[in-house]
Amino acid sequence: MGKTLFDKVWDSHVVRKIEGGPDVFFIDRHFIHEVTSPVAFLGLKSRGLKVLYPERTFATADHNTPTINQHLPVEDPLSANQLKALEDNSKEYGISHWGLGHHKNGIVHVVGPENGITFPGATIVCGDSHTSTHGAFGAIAFGIGTSEVEMVLSTQCIMQPKPKKMRINVNGQLGKGVTPKDVALFIISKLTTSGATGYFVEYAGDVFENMTMEGRMTVCNLSIEMGARGGMIAPDETTFAYLKDKPLSLKGADWDKAVAHWKTLKTDADATFDKELTFSASEIEPMITYGTNPGMGIGISKNIPDANKVEGGIATYKKSLEYMGYDENDVMIGKKIDYVFLGSCTNGRIEDFRAFASIVKGRKKADHVTAWLVPGSHIVEDKIKEEGLLDILTESGFVLRQPGCSACLAMNDDKVPAGKYAVSTSNRNFEGRQGPGSRTLLASPLVAAAAAVTGVVTDPRELL
Amino acid sequence: MAYDKFTTLTSTAVPLPLENVDTDQIIPARFLKATAREGFGDNLFRDWRYNADHTPKENFVLNNPIYTGKILVGGKNFGSGSSREHAAWAVYDYGFRCVVSSFFADIFRNNCLNVGVLPVQVSPTFLEQIFEAVYADPNTQLEVDLPNQTITILATGGQETFEINSYKKDNMLNGFDDIDYLQNIKGEIESFADGLLL
Repeated sequence: MGKTLFDKVWDSHVVRKIEGGPDVFFIDRHFIHEVTSPVAFLGLKSRGLKVLYPERTFATADHNTPTINQHLPVEDPLSANQLKALEDNSKEYGISHWGLGHHKNGIVHVVGPENGITFPGATIVCGDSHTSTHGAFGAIAFGIGTSEVEMVLSTQCIMQPKPKKMRINVNGQLGKGVTPKDVALFIISKLTTSGATGYFVEYAGDVFENMTMEGRMTVCNLSIEMGARGGMIAPDETTFAYLKDKPLSLKGADWDKAVAHWKTLKTDADATFDKELTFSASEIEPMITYGTNPGMGIGISKNIPDANKVEGGIATYKKSLEYMGYDENDVMIGKKIDYVFLGSCTNGRIEDFRAFASIVKGRKKADHVTAWLVPGSHIVEDKIKEEGLLDILTESGFVLRQPGCSACLAMNDDKVPAGKYAVSTSNRNFEGRQGPGSRTLLASPLVAAAAAVTGVVTDPRELL
Repeated sequence: MAYDKFTTLTSTAVPLPLENVDTDQIIPARFLKATAREGFGDNLFRDWRYNADHTPKENFVLNNPIYTGKILVGGKNFGSGSSREHAAWAVYDYGFRCVVSSFFADIFRNNCLNVGVLPVQVSPTFLEQIFEAVYADPNTQLEVDLPNQTITILATGGQETFEINSYKKDNMLNGFDDIDYLQNIKGEIESFADGLLL
């Protein structure tokens, strides 16, 4: 029987199978950041262990870093302490470290691909659930806990049972104003946040084949929000063109040899999946969430569903709407918003800033809206300037901040105040995610831009 | 990490009958700034448990002295969201050794097993029975028997078996963790790595 893309990559990384237990699974690339690694290093120290392959681990600071005045010392002593721990541990164990102020610094899932650390067929982990992003390259990439960070540091392996396999096909042509973010939010709204739990997803169909690498990263990034450990897309010419000549990509004959292997990384025609779903691109319109988990999303022109028509407990659903200050059957278009956040590992790349700029160009930011525009990395920031997007944004009344995770999880000062509404291009709308009491509406960069200039939830198709 | 061995736990339970309890609720991101593992229990369910002025929210179950014990019982899809192991540390540090639900998010379940919290998945029907029993009498004792993989409502005798793979079960029974295992096969791992292109 044929193998899936996932099988091929998984099976080639199993060091040992344990009867009635997990596989000992080898990790090619490991990313660490300041929040989930310090305790792993403490564990190493207490056991007297070394880092087995320091050249396979890459450190970047992103989760708690400020997005203004990065040249100044970090004011919050706890954040500063975590950043120092990352720097000290990286130095002590010989790990490459792109800390605050480093020209390659940025969000871990942005800097990995843009520097060519990510590659097809790789196994990639990080103490961050959005590690699934790297699946866009045909890698098996997923988030792990700190105990597993310690395992990878000390043995380059973790112990994982092989997940089940799901394929999600989306075919057809995406409509005007419908972005990869909308495709992902649409799928999550159909599956719910637990619909893919226990599975690893392969995305297939011409919608994904025609997507740019950045779009594929947005889709794979959100795999975790449907409960999947990760999602992946078979590598193709788009993938190879993106990776070629990246700073840490292979060169010359090694590159050619690798590409020849990567071309074999696709699901065989006779391979089978535990579950398979198919959607049509024409069903998808620009999406927005109205509740407190990413599965609570609807087409922007739709009304908030009736409690009796949603899957799951009515009490939980009503608690969620109460938190958001919304009612069943409310229309989303026209809802007043207070904040806009463009950024994160989901939508903090150059194409996201291009999309945002395409809407705000020639328009002005609504006076009552506070907008945080946070590039995913310094490389993205540089491109925004080189391409003239900064001029467009500035002309429209926006300010560009410095790279980091920022308001996606609000560990730094970028917190949305209690009760305020934020249209965010990030990945989670959980209660308090963007600050205690904050209310998040997840959407694409186009929807965020439309809200930023009108001050209310607006269908971006009217402004394109 | 080192944790206490888990064999059989008999305890009252704390009911939290909400679905999709995510790790941002279990431990909000702003409390992830420690560089040590202890102390997260104080902020377990922080924003459901305390008002902005740090006074306790009376209607939250952890602030209700009637409900105590080492077993937390949650609704479907418990632990979704972030991979932060701090969520499992917070559960453990607060004093829970077992979380019961009808469905767990993958990473949270894995993290629990790695830090000595036993995730027990039961059927939706049995979960309802537990909630009913605990609400009828907060002193209801649940017995979680890891060697036999059973969970029992002692007052009613209602019982279900639960799944756990034999490797993880052995770890929990003995207080072992994966690093102990991996360290013992380091030579095998190094030979494997030698054969890789990248």
